[in-house]
Amino acid sequence: MSEAMHTTPAPDGGPAGPPVLPTPAETTKLGIWLWLASDCALFASLIATYLTLHGQTAGGPTAQQLFDLPLTLVSTFALLLSSVTMGVALEALQKDDIAALRRWLVVTALLGAIFVGLEIREFHHYTVSGLWFQRSDFASSFYVLVGFHGLHVSFGIAWILSLLIFTFRKPGGITRADHWRFEMMSLYWYFVDVVWVVIFTVIYLLGKVG
Amino acid sequence: MSLLGQLFPSSVLRPMELGSDGLIVLTVAGLLFVLTRYRKWGWLWREWITTVDHKKIGVMYLVASLVMLFRGGVDALLLRTQLAAPNSTFLGPEHYDEIFTTHGTIMVFFMAMPLMFALYNAVIPLMIGARDVAFPRLNAISFWVFAFAAILFNISFVIGGSPDAGWTAYAPLTELTFNPGVGENYYLLALLISGIGTLASGINFVATILGMRARGMTLMRMPLFVWSALVSSALILFAFPALTVALGLTMLDRLFGSSFFTIAHGGMPMMYVNLFWIWGHPEVYLLVLPAFGIFSEVVATFSRKRLFGYASMVGSLLAITLLSFGVWVHHFFTMGAGAAVNAFFGVSTMLIAIPTGVKIFNWIMTMWGGRVRMTVAMLWQMAFIPVFVLGGATGVLLAVVPGDYQFHNSYFMVAHFHTMLIGGVVFGFLSGLYYWWPKMFGYMLDERQGRWAFWLYFIGFWVTFVPQYLLGLEGMTRRMYTYSAGFGWTTLNQISTLGAFIMGAGFLVLVFNIVYSMLHGERDLTGDPWDGRTLEWSLPSPAPEYNFACLPTVAERDTWWEAKREGGAVAARLRAGDIGPIVMPKPTAVPFFIGLGFFVAGAGMVFSWWVVAAVGFAGVLALLVAGWFDYRDHEELSRDVVLRAEAAAGRVQA
Repeated sequence: MSEAMHTTPAPDGGPAGPPVLPTPAETTKLGIWLWLASDCALFASLIATYLTLHGQTAGGPTAQQLFDLPLTLVSTFALLLSSVTMGVALEALQKDDIAALRRWLVVTALLGAIFVGLEIREFHHYTVSGLWFQRSDFASSFYVLVGFHGLHVSFGIAWILSLLIFTFRKPGGITRADHWRFEMMSLYWYFVDVVWVVIFTVIYLLGKVG
Repeated sequence: MSLLGQLFPSSVLRPMELGSDGLIVLTVAGLLFVLTRYRKWGWLWREWITTVDHKKIGVMYLVASLVMLFRGGVDALLLRTQLAAPNSTFLGPEHYDEIFTTHGTIMVFFMAMPLMFALYNAVIPLMIGARDVAFPRLNAISFWVFAFAAILFNISFVIGGSPDAGWTAYAPLTELTFNPGVGENYYLLALLISGIGTLASGINFVATILGMRARGMTLMRMPLFVWSALVSSALILFAFPALTVALGLTMLDRLFGSSFFTIAHGGMPMMYVNLFWIWGHPEVYLLVLPAFGIFSEVVATFSRKRLFGYASMVGSLLAITLLSFGVWVHHFFTMGAGAAVNAFFGVSTMLIAIPTGVKIFNWIMTMWGGRVRMTVAMLWQMAFIPVFVLGGATGVLLAVVPGDYQFHNSYFMVAHFHTMLIGGVVFGFLSGLYYWWPKMFGYMLDERQGRWAFWLYFIGFWVTFVPQYLLGLEGMTRRMYTYSAGFGWTTLNQISTLGAFIMGAGFLVLVFNIVYSMLHGERDLTGDPWDGRTLEWSLPSPAPEYNFACLPTVAERDTWWEAKREGGAVAARLRAGDIGPIVMPKPTAVPFFIGLGFFVAGAGMVFSWWVVAAVGFAGVLALLVAGWFDYRDHEELSRDVVLRAEAAAGRVQA
């Protein structure tokens, strides 16, 4: 009857449930998943654009002429390795070893920075070799797709750094209640890595073999 | 080009635009005067600009959307005035292009979308028994980003010049070579920015609905409006990215010299059209599904019956959601993708008629044998059925590929999509507005005036659009700014224009109805004026800031209806012992300034003032970082405060 509708006993018959806000960590993580799902659609649209336009080289350099697989492989391994180090960092978090957490977050961010640095170097190299942004539709769609991914990695590095600051600033230190912040960020980081695997395959591997 | 020439090209110095300048200055001056005279600045800042309360955000969306309905409606009347006579010189061809572009863009992005979010914000948390949305600050950011994007779009016609490539902004109409002004930049930047807000809202409402429902409210116990909001928000997540890419690449073409859609350099305009409609068709469903949800609530409440075929209603929502991603090519059968492709998309389009038909029958069957009360909300619901059936039937005609080669871009198509968007979306949202108005504001909208508004609008609708179907069959194509008397289209066009003005009169009565009711309307003291079925009616009107003093537990569908049957009038009373302190999100000015930052960045990009754009983006980033490190974003309402508020509302058991 009426009370049945309004009281909020816990399932075990204990005291009334906790206040609903702040948003439970599970719901926040769901929000991140939803954002990543939407981001998939964004990358899909950009990949479709690249696949449609990558043959339009307008007499400029082609993928086969420019791409340097060994170099890209180095940056790919840096990024994949960063997923491993991110896992190690989260492992440290589980063990409440905050010093190790910080250490591995720094390593992860550095690997990400290596990736972004190599990408900038690569873009620069292509530009001076005759493939600037407006040179052809192949160039434009390549720079937009790869650059957009690079922005994602850069954003991820900023996120890692902000959480590093958090570990120092959080009053009372890191507790179980803070774990979701790190887990959310790691979800994003893994996602960006997985997208890179797709991009590496579609652009670089297929580009090289034609 | 000089700065002055860039800001004020000849197109913004026409008498109509100069007159608008005057009106804008007067309106702003009037608002500033009233706010200062009655010392309302503090109130505006504390209660509205910095609020994160979903109910207040809903009200702000509503106000913005009604203002935009006015602007889009005036645009429509200007178009119809131009077409009322053959060889009319009321508007020149360029002027006509600009006005149909802003009409369409405003109605879809800045009227219909915010009206949808207004209703989500107003009632979704109440319907699921939650105290706010999952991410209250993000919700405020969504609103302010949308609001500033709307401002950015709307100033184009007095500063810099209106966009003029149609609301679809196809290449090559948007190519820099053919369209050198800043008008299209406004279109692109405003929509890209408002898209950020829309995506954030989509995430927010899916997370809210999946993560924050009251205990016991399983998916299949959710009210249909909540279901429709869930699938519609999911559509946002997967559809809007395609629009972002289409608009973003067009922006790169115009501002940074790429050639994605410039055919002369190997680009593909059809790539744009595909991307646009991969978003565009799900878009119309993400607008109309919430309207379906509203109809399902309204029809059950005012028939005093359980909704007929709940499970099939949910199933058809899901079916429409999935199918909506497989029909986009029907917007351009004439592109010539080949028989097989066109046949596939023709059939998939027709398939959508099946789940839609299921819903129509379910609504009729709900009324069947019920005790139907003809309130204004119910009138809009009942009017929707014949209109939507007509629109659906003409939609099936358009899906017949060989037929489409005849109908394509004719007034038949114009009439078809106005039938769907007005008969479905506008009727639905207006129905929801009359239904939930007492819950949002605490007073009822006057029913007699509401009937006047309804009949004017409903009759005006038929008078406007039936002639347009016929004009289309007689060969009149969309977007033509004039025609000669010899074509024989004059009479039908005149009738259509008459209808448009009747609809305009309906809008004015609606505004009068709102203002009158605000002053003299019947207060809703019960919180449940319609004898409702769902949880929002178990709260006082308007709901307190924390919504539910005690979170409800749900044991079945139509919980509130069942609770009333068992508990009578005291069903809403709480036990004092159950009331505790409540944690609520704190107000913040960050979302407002994020919106402002995007506005500055957008305006800078429109005019290629890169320093201004950089300042705007830097501001947004700084605000995001500041918000990120603000861990004290919640505050606690003490038990005493909650208890006193509830006792004052007579909701605590003695």
